[in-house]
Amino acid sequence: MSSIGTGYDLSASQFSPDGRVFQVEYAQKAVENSGTVIGLRGKDGVVFAVEKLVTSKLYEAGANRRLFNIDKHVGMAVSGLLADAKQIVETARIEASNYRAQCGSNIPLKFLNERVSMYMHAYTLYSAIRPFGCSVILGSYEDDGPSMYMIDPSGVSYGYLGCAVGKAKQAAKTEIEKLKLQDMTCQELVKEAARIIYLVHDELKDKTFELELSWVGAVTNGLHQRVPDSVFAEAEKSAKAAMEDDSDSDTEEM
Amino acid sequence: MAFHAMGDKYTAAPFWQNGPVPGAFYKFPDVNRNPDVTFSQRSQTPITTATSVLGIVYNGGVAIAADILGSYGSLARFRDCPRVMKVNENIILGAGGDYADFQYLKDIIEQKIIDEECLDDGFTLKPKSLYCWLTRVLYNRRSRFDPFWNNFIVGGIQDGQPFLGTVDKLGTAFEDKHIATGYGAYMALPLLRDAVAAKGDIGLTRDEAKALLVRCLEILFYRDARSFPKYHISTVDIADGVIVEGPLQLQGYE
Repeated sequence: MSSIGTGYDLSASQFSPDGRVFQVEYAQKAVENSGTVIGLRGKDGVVFAVEKLVTSKLYEAGANRRLFNIDKHVGMAVSGLLADAKQIVETARIEASNYRAQCGSNIPLKFLNERVSMYMHAYTLYSAIRPFGCSVILGSYEDDGPSMYMIDPSGVSYGYLGCAVGKAKQAAKTEIEKLKLQDMTCQELVKEAARIIYLVHDELKDKTFELELSWVGAVTNGLHQRVPDSVFAEAEKSAKAAMEDDSDSDTEEM
Repeated sequence: MAFHAMGDKYTAAPFWQNGPVPGAFYKFPDVNRNPDVTFSQRSQTPITTATSVLGIVYNGGVAIAADILGSYGSLARFRDCPRVMKVNENIILGAGGDYADFQYLKDIIEQKIIDEECLDDGFTLKPKSLYCWLTRVLYNRRSRFDPFWNNFIVGGIQDGQPFLGTVDKLGTAFEDKHIATGYGAYMALPLLRDAVAAKGDIGLTRDEAKALLVRCLEILFYRDARSFPKYHISTVDIADGVIVEGPLQLQGYE
């Protein structure tokens, strides 16, 4: 990002001499400023967890959610600029609805991912528009098992077993790599996901946050839903307990 | 009349003066417009049709029943056309008339429900809202001389009270404690009224209501040449939510 001001960052339709598209990189920066979002794919489903940063005490609780239903069977977790993300959510919903109208069945996540990533990619090609300042994670549980994809502002997407975006994505990834994801059930993953979000939250820089949890898997009959209040409360409780243990052991070492 | 026109007693008298020659089309004077341009047929006719739908309110819920025959004119052509559907956790819908029109509206209603679930704001479609929406759609189509050729019965629970309403292809709509469409309006409705009247203020139980509807379907099967001994029966209950059963067989007509 050292070549700021060299004039090649004014348009998404122009390369820099060293082969980069700066507007896309700036969009990725926008994502890195956002709260952490993780997606975990276990053996019987996908779990999403979001660290939703709350910038003012005056906001209503539960506003501006970052977990969305795209169709009955598809969930989306978003990080980055929320308004941009909502546009992606809307597009994904329309694609899912179109597929249903034409084919009479749920859209396979593979196809939805393809369509949404093409849409995001199209916004990196023209000088009149800017790329989306958000990354999205799509998750679903289909006949052949769970699947999860993450799309970044450039329009590139990969399938993942576990992924993280946002402020603390490095720390979150390190934690996710410690898990044996393919052997874990959704119930176990929900606790881990909540724990990781609490763990990577930086209390000094960002004071308050709300935890959001959703899942899609065998537990929900393949429907994407917010986790039930009881499961949420338990996951949050054990996440906080894990934090306590952590800080206790820290002080002992000192 | 016109005895003078008779040449002899062996030649037939003219059919009428200046009338059409037998076997030929009569040409009206001054009419030589092309009928394809002058007239347009805007209404349609139903093709594959389904016969009566029955609905009744019982103590704590609503029951709707209909057979599964798709008639092609008088031909009993399609024998697996379910037409009682669950809309969401507190609405059921039964349809008679043109089966293709029903399938078209069914897809629209299902997408409406998905769109609403996507919003995830805790609100769900209520029976009166669906009923009202259907009246608007059907009335609008009939006003364009292109009606949806259906009779709908909407059943549901709203604010803890059972709801039962019907809409026909003209957009005529009303609520009642017992509703029967088509042939059922003649054959089944008096039976439903008698049964409800006999119970007075006590009201029917769910099992009584279901048995009554099945009995009505049986009586319709005796008399209605477009009916069939296989049916679906659905209840929406304050306590137990939506149950759709079927295809079931009328006893003794296997």
